[in-house]
Amino acid sequence: MRNLVIIGSGPAGYTAAIYAARANLEPVLIASSVEAGGELMNTTEVENFPGFPEGVQGPELMMKLEEQARRFGTEIILDDVTEVSLDGDVKTVKTSYSGDYEAATVIVATGSAYRKIGIEDEERLSGRGVSWCATCDGFFFKGKTIAVVGGGDSAMEEATFLTRFAEKVYVVHRRDSLRASKIMQDRAFDNDKIEFVWNNEVVGITGESAVEALTLRSTVDGTESELAVGGLFVAIGNDPRTHLVHGQLELTSDGTIAVDGRSSRTNLAGVFGAGDVIDPQYRQAVTAAASGTVAALDAEHYLAERAGEDSRLLRAQS
Amino acid sequence: MSTRDVTTQTFQSDVLEASKPVVVDFWAAWCGPCRMVSPILDQIADEHGDKLEVVKVNVDENPQLAAQYQITSIPALKVFQGGEVVQSIIGAKPKAALEADLAAFIG
Repeated sequence: MRNLVIIGSGPAGYTAAIYAARANLEPVLIASSVEAGGELMNTTEVENFPGFPEGVQGPELMMKLEEQARRFGTEIILDDVTEVSLDGDVKTVKTSYSGDYEAATVIVATGSAYRKIGIEDEERLSGRGVSWCATCDGFFFKGKTIAVVGGGDSAMEEATFLTRFAEKVYVVHRRDSLRASKIMQDRAFDNDKIEFVWNNEVVGITGESAVEALTLRSTVDGTESELAVGGLFVAIGNDPRTHLVHGQLELTSDGTIAVDGRSSRTNLAGVFGAGDVIDPQYRQAVTAAASGTVAALDAEHYLAERAGEDSRLLRAQS
Repeated sequence: MSTRDVTTQTFQSDVLEASKPVVVDFWAAWCGPCRMVSPILDQIADEHGDKLEVVKVNVDENPQLAAQYQITSIPALKVFQGGEVVQSIIGAKPKAALEADLAAFIG
């Protein structure tokens, strides 16, 4: 049996691995087969991670975290977790190809997934002009007019990034002000290629084999209008990825895994949550990393206490 | 059998005139998910090389092909049979999911 299995390979998972490995827990980290490195793998410049005054590319930062986790003896498995059993003293984590892992503790750091608008056209035109990844797909919209839907930091980052390729970028937002941080807002406001469409939501996308236009509906008076665009980038936020632990771990009303106060302890002993999957509010690379640290320390503490109990039991029996 | 690179010049002979079904992986160096799916495609090529071929098209170096096949999202996999696109798969997926998507060709 292992001391610790970590599920997830974003800043939370890797940082938990760095701490746990340095504490000689010999952790196993299940990184996923196609999404290893998490959300930062789909970003370009990260300007707010402390220690990188010139900024750092998201994928490069994740490779460094992985390297640091490996350096202290983390075993990294590029596979997907299919099922977990978290109750009791021995937890089981099943994977697609690499077998089952039994462990005394588990850190769930599965992050979050892009939120969809939730309209039929979105699915139908996915890969035909509807995208969730500006860094992957912006290239294909050279000289075109496109739209970004959303009002947060990631929407501003995508819109600004997309002006490298697109002729014009509309930002469609359902309110009349942005959630995004001041610096990201200013950057978007100052960009001549970006035009804001306030108080509107996307209710339809037209086009047979490619996106041709959006149907917008005013959130003020319900008026519908058409906006001709060749592409739509969806950046309306993320939802915590909790499908693996449904029915086993308690969730909050926000849908995140419920933890005890500032700790990472879930409702099950020996199971800890870290990163975006427990965080409905901040969701930064740095806060996720810090949260991974908390989880590793909590797991270490739990294992030490249990070892103490075991040895007391042994002494009592002898 | 492993994967090989195909260009605008070789696309006709390597893909459109191939006898077996050909999975074309449209990718780019700057696409993180493309890097993740690439080794999985190598495995699929190794394991199912008798039934299909897997080739890669770098969209940076071959923009005409990307435009011709209306690529707007990568990684994009297109399966060609008899010179026609018979299936499209968008986005990086785990091996099992890709094998399920390709079941008609490797089953």
